[in-house]
Amino acid sequence: MPLIETSDGPMWRRRATKKQLLIWLGWLVGIAIATYAWQLISEKTIWFFVEDAPRQAADIGTRMIPPKWSYMNELWRPVWDTLNIATLGTVIALIIAIPVAFAAAKNTTPHPLVRAVALFIIVSSRSVNSLVWGLILVLIVGPGVLAGTIAIGLRSIGFCAKLLYEGIEEIDHTQVEAIEATGASRAQQMLYGIVPQVLPTFAGVGVFRWDINIRESTILGLVGAGGIGLELNGSINTLAWTQVSMILLVILVTVIISEWVSARVRGAII
Amino acid sequence: MLRLEGLSKRYKTGDQALTDINLVVPNGQVMALIGPSGAGKSTLIRCVNRLVEPTKGKVFLGDLELTKLGSGALRRARRKMGMIFQEYALVERLTVMENVLSGRLGYVGFWTSWTRKFPKKDIQEAYRLLDRVGLMHMADKRADQLSGGQRQRVGICRALIQNPDLLLVDEPTASLDPKTSRQIMRLINELCAERGLAAIINIHDVLLAQMYSQRVVGLELGNVVYDGPPDGLTPEVLTRIYGEEDWEATIEKVEDEDEDEIGEEIDAISSPTKPEQKTIVASGES
Repeated sequence: MPLIETSDGPMWRRRATKKQLLIWLGWLVGIAIATYAWQLISEKTIWFFVEDAPRQAADIGTRMIPPKWSYMNELWRPVWDTLNIATLGTVIALIIAIPVAFAAAKNTTPHPLVRAVALFIIVSSRSVNSLVWGLILVLIVGPGVLAGTIAIGLRSIGFCAKLLYEGIEEIDHTQVEAIEATGASRAQQMLYGIVPQVLPTFAGVGVFRWDINIRESTILGLVGAGGIGLELNGSINTLAWTQVSMILLVILVTVIISEWVSARVRGAII
Repeated sequence: MLRLEGLSKRYKTGDQALTDINLVVPNGQVMALIGPSGAGKSTLIRCVNRLVEPTKGKVFLGDLELTKLGSGALRRARRKMGMIFQEYALVERLTVMENVLSGRLGYVGFWTSWTRKFPKKDIQEAYRLLDRVGLMHMADKRADQLSGGQRQRVGICRALIQNPDLLLVDEPTASLDPKTSRQIMRLINELCAERGLAAIINIHDVLLAQMYSQRVVGLELGNVVYDGPPDGLTPEVLTRIYGEEDWEATIEKVEDEDEDEIGEEIDAISSPTKPEQKTIVASGES
């Protein structure tokens, strides 16, 4: 008990003695495991390479400078592809995620069974990385932009639907009740009671995911799913380091712009 | 006319909220429902329009038995019951006009409500009501920009545009300051008188209940323990409803202010042009 009777009145401590000891024990075990793991990693590391690492990094660095500016002419198209993959993928994801979210939210789901299916869709979409989706889709629909778009879309459904259904569950129920009390149908209750309340969440989630997808789609080319990653992969393989640095620069600028746009849009909505 | 016969409600948690309630509210009567928190006041009015399903008993609105209606018929029946809420329950991100027009949702189809193309008659009625409560200039404001008293007046418009036979009013003044509370109660009273509406008003302010109702029903632990005129609320009766307390002060004060209110209402009725100014002037005197 945290309350302890002493000779000069009652005392209070945050935790009972037994619980406090258990917490200390937990810390002890944690530190022991970390130390052991550190040792294991250390044994399997070839320290010669690590010692050499700064020199190697400096070497690649110097080879990257200066970026090959003229290469930009060949990059406009892949950048455009990347933007399209991200944007289309997000739009597809939102179109599918909205009904899934309404089916998954406790207060709008038509049936617990439907809810279970919706939650399963969300989990399975989220558990697979977009690179893995890309790998699979390149095999199914062939390499290119289409595979990338679908990969981004599939990966984003779970993310969007999860945030959306949490937004739906957090609405103020009395507003819906008030609409219900007027004799409105279920569809009308949705339209007047729920949609206005979750609209900001929807827009915010959409823009946020679009921002993430820009970044994800820049690497999808590594597995052949289109976009600027394709060029990146090619340049690394051919040891064209000045091209690599140019591509990295372009990616950086794209991401900064997308981040700026999404911040502005979110600011305008909320 | 509203009739409750043997109405009981037991929640899944096992709480008995209402036990065998029998009540008749005739047309045009404003009935105050008082009682301590948890006495079942909110449950009672929600059982009438079945936002809460009663476990036993019958509810009649006129000759229609509400308790046996299917979902479609229930929706049509709800159009005849306007409801006013404690925290206003306006849809915060919609405009005042959209909130008022949402009272007509039961009468229009899905596409009409989607496109907001309500019939001309409804829109004119909405403007008329907003003008009546002095919020004409607020029609295009978003509901979350309004003050508490203004929001509640929008809530009243939303209930009235349904053209109801009955008003269910759940703690209309609980979130309002004393002066605004009186304005709102007076407004509800006037509107009920204008339209000959029956109303059940849940209220835990005994004073307001006495000032603005023709009949008071006291609930305690889901049972009716008082049913009579407002001036019948003696210390003994209040003790029966709320428990032991010194009630003398409460009751004396009520009688004083009751007379003031009557004077004010006569003033108010004699200057019917500008409703908002009227209410402000009237309450300024109190």
